[in-house]
Formats: sequence, structure tokens, C-alpha cells
Amino acid sequence: MIAFPESILARLVGGVLLLLVIASLAGFALSRRSTSDKSRATIANLNARIRAWWVMVAVFGIAVSTGGIGSIVLFALMSFLAMREFMTLAPTSQIDHAPLVWAFFLFAPIQYILVGMGWYGFFSILIPVYAFVAIPTRMAIAGDTVRFLERTATVQWGLMACVYCVSHAPALMTLSIPGYAGSGAALLFYLVLIAQLNDVMQYVWGKLFGRTPIAPSVSPSKTWEGFVGGTLTTVGVGTALWWATPFTPWEAAVMSLAITLMGFAGGLVMSAVKRDRGVKDYGTLIEGHGGVLDRIDSLLFAAPVFFHLTRFFYEP
Amino acid sequence: MEPPDTPGQRVYFGNHSSHLDFIVIWSALSAEERRRTRPVAGADYWNRGAIRRYLADRVFNAILINRPATDRSAASASLSVAKIAEGMGQECSVIVFPEGTRSTDGEVQRFRSGLYHLCQLKPALDLVPVYLANMNRILPKGEVLPVPLLGRVIFGAAMRLHPDEDKEAFLERARSALLELKDK
Repeated sequence: MIAFPESILARLVGGVLLLLVIASLAGFALSRRSTSDKSRATIANLNARIRAWWVMVAVFGIAVSTGGIGSIVLFALMSFLAMREFMTLAPTSQIDHAPLVWAFFLFAPIQYILVGMGWYGFFSILIPVYAFVAIPTRMAIAGDTVRFLERTATVQWGLMACVYCVSHAPALMTLSIPGYAGSGAALLFYLVLIAQLNDVMQYVWGKLFGRTPIAPSVSPSKTWEGFVGGTLTTVGVGTALWWATPFTPWEAAVMSLAITLMGFAGGLVMSAVKRDRGVKDYGTLIEGHGGVLDRIDSLLFAAPVFFHLTRFFYEP
Repeated sequence: MEPPDTPGQRVYFGNHSSHLDFIVIWSALSAEERRRTRPVAGADYWNRGAIRRYLADRVFNAILINRPATDRSAASASLSVAKIAEGMGQECSVIVFPEGTRSTDGEVQRFRSGLYHLCQLKPALDLVPVYLANMNRILPKGEVLPVPLLGRVIFGAAMRLHPDEDKEAFLERARSALLELKDK
């Protein structure tokens, strides 16, 4: 059905670049019109975000266009940086050094090697089974039982969120879907595009019309108006891009709805974690966005769910 | 607070929990300040083996002293302080860790008196507290591989030894100045 797989990806990337040009022009126009200090600060943050988007799109676009290996390396790097931010906030003590070394230098690299090999049977259990066994065992041997459950659970949770979940995004490229051979990169781009677009749309709708917070104690900026407006807009775009996926338009609508709902859930949960640890952002790496984990929080739940839905329904 | 960037002789004193500590402080200084800043380190550790000696001598330009842990005599202590003062000359700053050794639990231990005696020798020194956050988790005592967590270096306002200030009072004041940075 699809004759030129590379051209799908090229059209998606082209579309995003066009969107960025429009966003940059709009940001420039807004910056010239803003008068009050408060709106100037908002616009400055918006423009910093747009500039960072250019860099992120360039990096992601280059990685995806190399085919498999570039995406694996990029997502492995993102997992590493995200886990770094996460474990910094984890309540582990220095006696937990060995499990942390394992998380960074053993489980994370092996997970991505397995994803690169396309070894589904192993990469889907490495962290839920083997890390789950190894980490508390090592901590028990170290002998400190103070807040034992909290410490083991946090390290395991960090591995699950930052490594296991994120690795399901590049794992999309290992699926063999009939009639869609060689287009795994486009599917990965689709997932990331919909999840990130959903963030942007919920932000924009929330800024314009947001009134009723969904969970004010977790994130005052997440509102029902932003959620509904953002979800509808994003599902609309996700449906219109059905030609880039193995899905029919209706299926694309359901899939992009799943991505947006999971994206929202991931963002909300990671905000709750931040409130618990008493920080506003996980890091400072990306100007205007915070840390890597702040930027990819919407991918955490969306990636494994989208991967499994696609695998279940479309891989024979 | 930004690390100081004007000429002048300073003593950067930090909390100590990892072998990376002085490199971290060093890397936060401006290139010029870094060139004239020498770490003070334990001779017992850095004289062991050719590689460590080379690093201490040629790379870090360290001032090596005998630590109280290896020689507790008053004569040895005043020799160490004299050695630091001599190593500073007329232009160098130093990085010291007044706890004397790495903390094993991330808490800041009691300060040893070297800082006080150094100030008696050179009363015009600016003492800059530098709090290092999270280093005890990044590379704790006894471990070889660092984990790549985020750490923080927090510089405080410079302080001096007051004339007639008592040793214990001064050491406690210096330690509190360091601890205050913890929550900044």
C-alpha cells in the first residue's frame, strides 16, 4: 500500500518544520506586541521554548532518519539523562551505591542493546523481572533497613519510568507490520509528534481558556479546558496524519487518543513526583523546558501503551 | 552566589565526602582563579604510588600535608599549617577540607583547627565557604565508580578571623557558614 517509506518520514519532518516556522513568526510578533512585564516574561519563556524545539526537532529528525541505530542511541541517551535527574531526587543513601551503578551502567545499556536486537522476549522482562530481583537483594545484603521499601521502590520506579518505558519508543522500529515494512521510523516519529503536540496544545488551550484545574495540588497549570481542547486538537491532527501510519483514519483517531490520554497521565504523575520531592523542574538542561524528564514525561506512559497496542493489533 | 572573581588570596573551605570534591570546586572557579588555586591534600594518600604522586604534583599542583589521622602531634600540625602558608606564597589561593577526612554519612563533621592556625599566620585571608551537595551519593568513600547524579556547588560570602576570636568560636562560626549554604 505504501510505496515510498522514506517519503512518509520526510513529509512528517517537513510538516513539523513548517509548524516551527509559523510558531517562531508568531512568537516574534507576540514579543513586539507585549506590553506588561508579566506578559513579556510569558512570551520570553514561550520563545525560549520554541528555540529549544528547533534544536530538539533537529536532533530527533537526524536520529530518526538514520534508521534504527540513531534512534536507539538517542533514546538511550535520553533515558540516561532522565534517570540521572530522577535518581538525584530519589531518597537513596550512599549505601545504595551499587544498585545505582547497576541501574546506570548495567540495566540501562542492556535494555537498549536488547531493544536494538529486537529481542522482545527479553527486553520486556529485563527490568520488571531481573532488576526487580537484583536491586532489593543487593540492598538487603548492604544491610541498611531504614526506609528499605522506599529506597528499593524508588530505584525500581526510576528504572521503569526512565529506561523501560522510554525504550518502548525506539522499540516501535522493531515491529514487523504487514504492508508497513521499513516505516518503523515514521511510526516512532508519529508517537513522539502526537505526544509532544498534545503537551503544546494543552499548554496553549490552558493558557488561553484554562479556568478549572484538574488536580490543583499537583499541577495548577493543568486545566479541564486545556485538557479537552488539547486532546481534541491533537486527536484531529493524529487522525489527519493516518497516511503516515499502518492505521485507517478511525484507528488513527483511537490510537492518537490513547497517546494523548497516556501523555496527560504521564505528565500528571511526573508532576506529582516533583511535588513530593519539592522541586519545580527535574533539571535545567533544556532552556525554557526544565530537564530532559520534564520534556519527555508525556512519553513515559504513552510509549509502552502505544507499542503494545500496535504490537497486539497489527503484528501478526 | 557566584564564585569570587577578583584577585586576592582565599581559602575555599568545603565539606568533604568524595574524592571528586576538590575537582568539583576547581571546575566551578574561573580559569584564572583556577590557575592560582591549589588543593591541600593528605600526603599519606597522594604519595602512595607513582600515578597518584604524578597527579598531585604535576596535574593538581597540590600542597601535600600530613594529616592528623596519621600524626597527631602538635609539632606536625603546625608544620602542616606552615607548609600550606608557604605553598600559598603571595598569590595562591587554596582549597581545604577542614573536616580532615571524608564524611561517611554526608553530614558535616567537626572542623579541625588547621583553618584557625592558618588564619593566625595570615589574618588577611578571605575564607570562602563552599557547600558540595550530593557528592556523598555520587562517589562515596570506598567506591570506585561514580554514579552520574546531579551535584551542586554553592559558594557563600567570604568571612575572616576576627581579632581576638577564640579558636572554638571561630571554627564553629566557619562550620555554620558552610552549613547555612545547604538549603540555598
